[in-house]
Formats: sequence, structure tokens, C-alpha cells
Amino acid sequence: MRSKVVLRRLYKNRQARYGFAALILLVALAYVGPLFGNYEWTEKDFLSFLSPPGPDHWWGTTSIGQDMYAITLRGMQKSIVIGLLVAVISTGLAAIVGAFAGYFGGWVDRLLMSGVELLLVLPSFLIIAIVSPRLKSDASWLWFVVLLAAFSWMVTSRVVRSMTISLREREYVQAAVYMGIPRWKIIFRHIVPNMSSLLIIDATLNVSAAIIGEAALSFFGFGIQPPDVSLGTLIASGSGNATGYPWLFAFPAGLLVLLVLSVNLIGDGLRDALDPGSNS
Amino acid sequence: MGKYLLRRLAINVILVALAASLAYMLAATTMNPRATYQGRQPPIPEAVIDQTLDAYNLNDKTPVLQRYATWASGVIVGDFGKTWNGGSVNAEMGRRIFVSLRLLLIGTILGFAVGVALGAVSAVRQYKLSDRLIGVSSFVIMAIPVFVLATLLAIATYNVNRGLGFTLIEYTGEYNPRLSGFDQFLNRLNHLILPTISLSLGSIAFYSRIQRNMMLDVLGQDFVRTAMAKGLRRRTALTKHALRTALIPSATYFAFAFGTMFTGAIFTEKIFAWHGMGAWLIDAINANDVNSVAAVTFFTAICVLFAAFLSDLLVAALDPRVRVS
Repeated sequence: MRSKVVLRRLYKNRQARYGFAALILLVALAYVGPLFGNYEWTEKDFLSFLSPPGPDHWWGTTSIGQDMYAITLRGMQKSIVIGLLVAVISTGLAAIVGAFAGYFGGWVDRLLMSGVELLLVLPSFLIIAIVSPRLKSDASWLWFVVLLAAFSWMVTSRVVRSMTISLREREYVQAAVYMGIPRWKIIFRHIVPNMSSLLIIDATLNVSAAIIGEAALSFFGFGIQPPDVSLGTLIASGSGNATGYPWLFAFPAGLLVLLVLSVNLIGDGLRDALDPGSNS
Repeated sequence: MGKYLLRRLAINVILVALAASLAYMLAATTMNPRATYQGRQPPIPEAVIDQTLDAYNLNDKTPVLQRYATWASGVIVGDFGKTWNGGSVNAEMGRRIFVSLRLLLIGTILGFAVGVALGAVSAVRQYKLSDRLIGVSSFVIMAIPVFVLATLLAIATYNVNRGLGFTLIEYTGEYNPRLSGFDQFLNRLNHLILPTISLSLGSIAFYSRIQRNMMLDVLGQDFVRTAMAKGLRRRTALTKHALRTALIPSATYFAFAFGTMFTGAIFTEKIFAWHGMGAWLIDAINANDVNSVAAVTFFTAICVLFAAFLSDLLVAALDPRVRVS
């Protein structure tokens, strides 16, 4: 079985092992860590403002007395969920749209690609920046996920399309056509799997890109809205006085970098495992 | 070919019009320029505010479609209207485009060239020490978002400058207006160092990753082996056959980056206090500046479409299998 081979290769790959280990640790920290903390993320300690890391507040406190340990982990939970959801949605969309446009050509291609171009020229940053602070419901972060995903798949779908155009002419695809296999099946069985290395890299890059994108929008106050927190909002409030109160910046920024790093390591390990040429 | 280009041009004009109109409608219906005049001390009479806003075509008492018609008829003759405090959007845009271009030109080209070179070298020497070094550092850099990287660079520079006792590298603004002549030029270059590093490091890491992956896909293929088997030297086979084919995805991304260079780099411009196009968008959203928001969007749309066209041309030039149909 191919999947077994891939899994075995993945296990042998050192980068992937480190990546998975780091990611599991980080996810465990985000979801189990808060159980051991001294404070809830909603609590405010009015006796210690901006206190440096110590035995009571492990990672220090903010200017309004929030426990950095508790809110940083809370923010990390949000960042992880947002990253995974956005990546799955946007890579799936890019693969399907790009492959259909490239394979069918003609009016399907023109229609889909002008859709892609319309979405590309639409001011995504502006739309998210204006719409997302106005979503004042409990599920507003889900809408934020949808917005991020909707505006992050277009460039990849163009790459998928141009790869499909050259895959379309390959012998095994032609053979499948002459065997009478329906065209949508050819796309899902022969075209998309043959771009899997690109798609998997793209999906992992998208996880990290979505985490970074969320943080970036939150940096200007256009992303996750208070009282909810994410790594982005924490970095934004910490970066202003990073020289004076380094713990406000160092913990969320460090965790963000570690999170993205571990996801990228997994992506690269997967690539090596999926590429039959890299056995040696 | 001519017919294809004409049709494409027509589609692009429609797309730009759609994007700009949508941005204008969104901005005009949700933003409130009146608020910036209402909160003043002493209070401005309502009639005066109305008069001012009418003059700038920003009055929310005018129906939005009527405002849109005024704005659109201005745009058709090349006038993007007034900013929220009465300045000319055209003049502001003309100034800011070149600020962004000065900031981004070096960073974009440097990022692509160095990134592709490193990626190709890394693929050819897969699993060797240089590959590992390039891989590890590009991993780490890819994991650091621009605003964290820029903040780290700024902190480092702050400490270096303090340790040295004088300002070695400047990191706020574009130039020192008190200098002139050659000193001014050197000062501009000095101000460019940190933003260029923070811009190009990310794209070097990005391109080297893409390029390594594509190059590895290509290296195992028959045509590279054939090229070497027919007696080409390894270097020629790698650069002329492998690199050229493997360049296609990187080139697609580069064309986008190059075409959208004029629209600015939002984070780098904001953090290093350059008043380019990217910073303008944030400032305009925060200042409820409807006409500026629409103008930035219009301009961005044109740049993105031009970039898409550029990337198609590049792919067609690099890949003989792609035919324009």
C-alpha cells in the first residue's frame, strides 16, 4: 500500500519527526497547559500590572493585570484552529478550481479564471478589514476563517492550472481518456494526485500563512476582536513596548514562530515521503 | 494574438471597474467621515460640516448612488476626488507610488534572484551540508512574520546604535530632510537598509523553498538525463534544461510580486514609517477616508491584473508546451 510506504518514510524522516513532536507538544501546551496555570485567561490581577515573569505569574502580566501564560495559551488555541481550517478550505478550493480550469479549457477555463481574477483584484485586505470588526456575534471568528480562506486560494489555483495544462498531455492521462473514464474522475484520480507534492506543500504553507495572516490582520486591529485574544492581538499589543517589557512580545511571538516552524517541518517531511524519487 | 490581447484588455477594464466600484460602495456605506468633524471642540455647526462634506463628495446625507455617480464621473476623466480633509487624492497617490517603488524595487529583485539561486543550489546538492543550512535558515525565516521580523530588527538596531554610542543604521522614515546632495543620497540608502532586509529575507526564504521543491521534481525526469546523456556538461544541463523548467512556479509568483510592487508593503511601511501606498490604505481606513480607499483599490486592481498578464507572458516564454489559445 502506498499510504503505508509513505507513513514509514515519514517516520524515518528526521525533520518530520521533530516537526510532529514539536507540534504535538505545542498543541498539548495550548489545550492542556491552561489546566495547570494559576489564573484563568479572563481573570485580571489588580495587584500586579506589568510584573515580569515570576513564580506566581509564570510569564508575567500585561498592563491591565492579565496573566500572560493564560492569555497566550488561549490565543494559541485560536491560532491553531484558524490555521487548520483555512488551510484545508483554501487548498481544496485551489486544487479543484485550478484542475477543472486547466483540464477542461475553453469556456470553463475562461469562466473560472475570470472568477479567480475578480477575487484577486477585489481588495481582500480592505474587505476583511472593514467587514471583520463589524461581526459582533459569538461565531465571528468562524466568519473570519471563511473570509481568510476565500481570499487565499487564487494564486495557487493559477499554479495548479498551469501544471494541469501540461499534465493533460501526458500519456497516462491520454490513456485514461481513451479508456472512457469520465473526465471529472480523471481529474480526481490522475491530475490532482500527480500534483500532490505541490498541494501538500501548499496546504502546510497555507496553515502557516493563515496563522500569520490572522496575526497580521489582528496586528492592525482588523482580525480577532476583543475580548477574544489570538497570538496576533497579543503580538500587536506587545510589540509597541518590546524594549521595555520584553515578555509581552517574546512569549506570543516566540510561540507563533515555533508553531509555524513545526508545521513547515512537517510539510517538508511529507514532501520527501511523497516523492518516490527521494528514496535514496 | 492581437484579438486575444484586445479581449483580455476588455475583460481587465471590466474587472478593474468592478473592483473599484465595489470598494467605493463598501467604503461609502460603512465609513463615516462626518465623525472626524463632529467630535471637534469648539463644535462646528452642522450646516458647515454639510457644506464641507458636500464639497468633498463625502456627505452621508447624499444618497450613496448619487455620490457614486459623482465619484465615477470624476474617475473616468482621471480625478480621484478629495481626501477627508480636502487634499487632492491624485497628488497624494503620485507621491506615494514612488515612495513604495523606492522601498520595494531592490527588495523584490534581490529576494527573487537570491532565493532562486539558493533553492536551485540546494536541490542539486540535496541532503548535503549546504542544502541543510539553506533549508534550516529558510525554515526559520519563513516562520517569522514580517511584523515580528521588523520589530526584532528594530530592537537589534536600537541596541547596536546604543552600544556604539552613535546612529549607525537609521530605521524610521525615508530620509533626513536637513541633508542635501550626496549626503542626502547616502542617508536615503542608510534608511533603506533595514526595510530592504526585512522585505527580502522573507522572499528569499519563500523562493528558495519553492525553487528547491520544483527543481527536485524536475531533476529526476527523463529530459534532464537525456540532456546529460547526449553529452551536455552537467552545469549546462542543469541551468538550461532543469532550472528553466523548474523556474515556472517561482516566475509566476515573481511576476505577481513585481506587478504589485507599486501597491506597497503594508507592514514594512507602517513599522519603518515610510509613507507609501501600503501605509496609506491603513491610514485611510482608520481616517474614514472613502475616496482614498477607493483610489488605492483601483490602483491595486490595475497592478494585480498587470501582474497576472506578466506572469502569463513569463510562463509562455519558459514553457514551450503552453500555447496561447
